[in-house]
Amino acid sequence: MERPSCYGQGAKAVVLVLIVVAVGYPFLLALGTSLAGQEKLDANGGYVLIPEHPTFEAYDVLLQGGVVTRAAMVSVVVTGVGTVLSVLCTIALAYGLSRPGMVGGKPILLLVLGTFLFTPGIIPTYLVVQEFGMLDSYASLVLPVLLNVFNVIVVRAFFQGIPTELYEAARLDGAGELTILCRIVLLLSKAVIAVVGLFYGVSYWNSFFNALLFLNDSGKYPLQVVLRSYVVQGESINANAMGVNQLPPSISLQMAALILALIPILCVYPFLQKYFAKGVLTGVIKG
Amino acid sequence: MTASVSSSARPGTSQHEAPPSAAPSPKGKRAQRKLGRVPLRHRLRRDWVLLALCLPGVAYFGAFFYLPLLGNLIAFHDYQPFLGFKHSPYVGLQNFSALVEQPEFWTAVYNTLEITALQLLLYFPAPIALALLLNSLVGQTLRRFVQTVVYLPHFLSWVVVVAMFKQVLGGTGTVSSFLNDHGVGVGNIMTNPDTFKLLVTSQMIWKDCGWGAIIFLAAMASIDTAQYESAAMDGAGPWRRMWHVTLPGIRPVIIMLLMLRLGDILNVGFEQMLLQREAVGAEASEVLDTYVYFHGVVDGDWGMSTAAGLMKGVIGLVLILAANKLAHRFGEQGAYK
Repeated sequence: MERPSCYGQGAKAVVLVLIVVAVGYPFLLALGTSLAGQEKLDANGGYVLIPEHPTFEAYDVLLQGGVVTRAAMVSVVVTGVGTVLSVLCTIALAYGLSRPGMVGGKPILLLVLGTFLFTPGIIPTYLVVQEFGMLDSYASLVLPVLLNVFNVIVVRAFFQGIPTELYEAARLDGAGELTILCRIVLLLSKAVIAVVGLFYGVSYWNSFFNALLFLNDSGKYPLQVVLRSYVVQGESINANAMGVNQLPPSISLQMAALILALIPILCVYPFLQKYFAKGVLTGVIKG
Repeated sequence: MTASVSSSARPGTSQHEAPPSAAPSPKGKRAQRKLGRVPLRHRLRRDWVLLALCLPGVAYFGAFFYLPLLGNLIAFHDYQPFLGFKHSPYVGLQNFSALVEQPEFWTAVYNTLEITALQLLLYFPAPIALALLLNSLVGQTLRRFVQTVVYLPHFLSWVVVVAMFKQVLGGTGTVSSFLNDHGVGVGNIMTNPDTFKLLVTSQMIWKDCGWGAIIFLAAMASIDTAQYESAAMDGAGPWRRMWHVTLPGIRPVIIMLLMLRLGDILNVGFEQMLLQREAVGAEASEVLDTYVYFHGVVDGDWGMSTAAGLMKGVIGLVLILAANKLAHRFGEQGAYK
């Protein structure tokens, strides 16, 4: 190939830098502001990119108990329990559907795939949740979004890719379906299950509307809803709600809350990236 | 996309339990088919573990998908919460006719379509452009670094994305303050209803452009490199190679995603609108989904807003099926067979 022109290279470099700055800048700005003290904020007129004397005061206050701490706990528990339940149910359903010749396999598969075509709508879903008596309960944050069809299909496709010889050999050795699932299939599909689990975890952690829709008691709100009222709607954070006498600058508090909501995502991101880069998703889309 | 697998794999499994071969039966075809299969009772006994495994999933889809689907019937009732579904009077299409007389409903329709059009124009090509750019990078380290950065926003919640935009483009945001101080009067971009639809589209691009590029990158990686080499031999420069090799190579993927997008045309970022409604007002930010939520759950006009939701769902279904037909017409593989 010929050598690329230097104008082309230059233009490319400029565009790349612009893209990286456009994505990265808001993160760094939020981080900087959350760590800045009052004088620095006043001097900069609002936000701070690089605080010279970082202080963790805002984080201390937020994590001392009070609204944000409680909301973070709710989010952690809902995410944890929800992810485990979702992954278990996804594996179970995907395994059932991946075994050829199961009684009723075809109707069940159609039932599952049919959900791609239509969305039931907000109001009927709300009424069903109400009918089950789940309004204002933590169950309403998990059960209505327990399974994601796409994830079920991904896991099923993976299970189907496992060589049939393995199943047959295990069956000859007298293994039942459950033994095959736990001792062979799950061991072979750790990666795909990790990805699906991470996707479920991220969606539970990020979910916002379900809490708004199903919960009336603001004491049960998860972190995203609290974040919305403090950061997006700009509701002021009062000292009583935080359980302290004097507050750090409110903009630092807001940004600290934002960063707290980001930390779990940033922690799982390297794992997510490692797996989806390998084409767990694209493989399925192609198939 | 999956039906063919299960049907073709079927005979192989029950082999070990099926009777060796059905004796020729005088009773004809039907009896023969019956004999060739293991009786239902036996198959149930054989498969009960698998069925039990499927049970929670099936119960979930029944309870939270198909039951609400049936619940859409309240679009034809004058639903009163204290009466419940059974006792609410049936009113036929009255909810629908009341709905189309509401100016707010048409505002929602108009906003939805306008945002969809903007998305098709700006948000759809963005990942393709990004993928072309990333694909042209030679250094693997640089490429991986840029990918790591641009994929990240996909995993943020809309609350976080809107908050991020607010600190940069809001009234006291860094970029808008800078512009206002230097004579470019942009004011508060986050609360300006006139540019709101562009703002929403740029938020979508910021959040999902990188993620959307993954599939195009995968498609580009599967293009045969010999094509590039022979194009270069024939004297095609980088732009012409892009135009005549890369783009035709990913054409099937572009068409498939465009079709999927067409089927999804009425979904335009519900949480995004909900979060920014207070800042810009309902006039600019009302879309079909928020209309259903605010008139139904918030104002208690259950029947009429369910009618709106049902209309949206049915149009969405028709669009999905039509888009799929269209994809076949284009000679591409549709998403559903």
